[in-house]
Amino acid sequence: MLKIEDLHINIEGKEIVKGINLEIASGEIHALTQALMGHPTYEITKGKVTFNGKNLLKMNPSERSLAGLFLSFQYPSEVLGVNIANFLRLVYNKRVKKTLYPAAFRKLLKEKMEILDMKEEFMDRYLNEGFSGGEKKRMEILQMLILKPKIAILDETDSGLDIDALKIVSKGVTLLNKTAKTGVLLITHYTRLLNHIKPDKVHVMRNGKIVKSGGHELANELEKKGYTAFEE
Amino acid sequence: MTNQKQKININANYKTKYGFNVAENYVYKTEKGLNEEVVKKISEMKDEPKWMRDFRLRAYKIFKEKPMPTWGGDLSKIDFDNIFYYLKPTDNQKRDWEDVPIEMKETFEKLGIPQAERQHLAGVKAQFDSEVIYGSLLKELEDEGIIFLGTDEALKKYPEIFEEYFGKLVPPSDNKFSALNSAVWSGGSFVYIPKGAHVKRPLQAYFRINAQNMGQFERTLIIADEGSYASYVEGCSAPIYSADSLHSAVVEVFVKKGARFKYTTIQNWSNDVYNLVTKRAKVEEDGVMEWVDGNLGSRLTQKYPSCYLVGERAHGEVLSIAYGGKGQHQDAGGKIFHISPNTTSSIISKSVSAFGGRTSYRGLIYVSPSAKNAKSRVECDALILDAESRSDTFPTMKIDESSANIEHEATVSKIGEEKLFYLMSRGLTETEAMSLIVSGFIEPIVKELPLEYAVELNRLIELEMEGSVG
Repeated sequence: MLKIEDLHINIEGKEIVKGINLEIASGEIHALTQALMGHPTYEITKGKVTFNGKNLLKMNPSERSLAGLFLSFQYPSEVLGVNIANFLRLVYNKRVKKTLYPAAFRKLLKEKMEILDMKEEFMDRYLNEGFSGGEKKRMEILQMLILKPKIAILDETDSGLDIDALKIVSKGVTLLNKTAKTGVLLITHYTRLLNHIKPDKVHVMRNGKIVKSGGHELANELEKKGYTAFEE
Repeated sequence: MTNQKQKININANYKTKYGFNVAENYVYKTEKGLNEEVVKKISEMKDEPKWMRDFRLRAYKIFKEKPMPTWGGDLSKIDFDNIFYYLKPTDNQKRDWEDVPIEMKETFEKLGIPQAERQHLAGVKAQFDSEVIYGSLLKELEDEGIIFLGTDEALKKYPEIFEEYFGKLVPPSDNKFSALNSAVWSGGSFVYIPKGAHVKRPLQAYFRINAQNMGQFERTLIIADEGSYASYVEGCSAPIYSADSLHSAVVEVFVKKGARFKYTTIQNWSNDVYNLVTKRAKVEEDGVMEWVDGNLGSRLTQKYPSCYLVGERAHGEVLSIAYGGKGQHQDAGGKIFHISPNTTSSIISKSVSAFGGRTSYRGLIYVSPSAKNAKSRVECDALILDAESRSDTFPTMKIDESSANIEHEATVSKIGEEKLFYLMSRGLTETEAMSLIVSGFIEPIVKELPLEYAVELNRLIELEMEGSVG
């Protein structure tokens, strides 16, 4: 379980997150409207973030990943010369602590790629190099399917996607949530993603605080009334 | 992210892997230092024709007259008086591996040469200090008329070829170190590929310095006759001494009409070797010359493989990869001379500097007024792993023909926190993420290497890491 308690975050000296609380259990999907991540220089000034009781703030990104946490990036890096199949095999083997040889791994990878409607040739391209925005997002979801995390945080995964790509991404997320009981936190500006992935809980964030939490119906309310209706 | 920066130290285990030496047990060793008598003695020991002796003496004069070049790295510490110019390890070259003296056999076995020969190669030459001590060539290639000999042996067997080609592409007067090599050259490979012959497996030479204060001056001459194809690979290493050694080779490659030749070097000299080499190819009509030049070791390397595109539609290529670690300076690149119409070329250079090491790209593209529609592309990318390391670019373009199409791109990058963070978020440690970025950076060149070298290079980058506080 991912547990966030009274989290305060500063960016360039200014408090952006002013104390939020959130609990995501295995198999749950939460949506948090309004972005708060993806900034390179943030500082956590107060609060606790734990994952199954372990302090996530004391772990480096590698340790967090190996513990079963996944972060889908809004702007994934392009890594020249790094073959996707080789890279994913490397991280897969680390995550599952066994050695799957190339042929067997490529078979697994191909299956996952089919779910996301990705052409097989993609596995021998360089990681994100020259990818369109939509291709990069699919690559993020592919990595998530390969790593089978316990908790996945998707940061603005819907931005810049057309309706077809949005459906495919949603399919991947829903599948993982159903089959692997992955807890999901969707961070999004828009509500349209929530028409494809039905969250169990929706949290509306304004001015650094969660101002309202509710069920899926909250997404509809937000869509009708707009954010301003939730101003304090 | 933690503050513990892991850095990649490509040759961290050099000492055990390459840096060993065996007891000195030479048949003949000249006195230290260089003078006319030493030059004469080398020629006499080799029982050479008079013209070669005169060639050496002329070259020695030029060497003495030419000032030390100052345009590149720091050569001021080279002490020419403190070097052995000729060390003869054994009486003659062996054709059977079993006959090679035990200490040399052990050396090359440790370096994996006989295994590679059995698995991948068409022929092998092994040079130990001044002489080629072992040579082989597949029987069927010998029957096809392919010649692969030590240069000394070839001079005796084919004097007429030597008079026609030797020193014609890189004359002694070319530069101070080509003059030095011409005066005291010993060993190296001679390759002749007959018309239309296609040699699929590479020919390989391995150059090993064993003695302290050694100067190794091999001389390689290659002729790829019309319509032929072949490739040649050379590797080099040396023990670690506190005293400096000097490696100064000259390589001349003649690519005839419609022929194609690929010359690959992976030099991994120890960090006390000055590596100052002149490599040049002359490419005739429709011929193709490819240089793949990997520089990992040495204290200072100055090497710019070049192509003279003298025939119409000739093509020249240089792929250069350099790693400059602690105390190292790799000054590498390439030169292309477009002499005839419709000639094409490319130079691609990738360098990585770390631990205060230095890399420089130095290149020249020349298009003569006679070279209509010449086309060239230069790409040099540098990756700098820490704030103490350095990279420079010295590109020169001399274009005397207006129809030329020349592209030049250069990038300098550091390993971005963003990329590291991204890869680490998938479960890689910082070191693993960094080595993946470095391997990816050099991948376009590594994929051009023969398999065993590519594997070796990737392994070096993956494994050799050192924890230090950044």
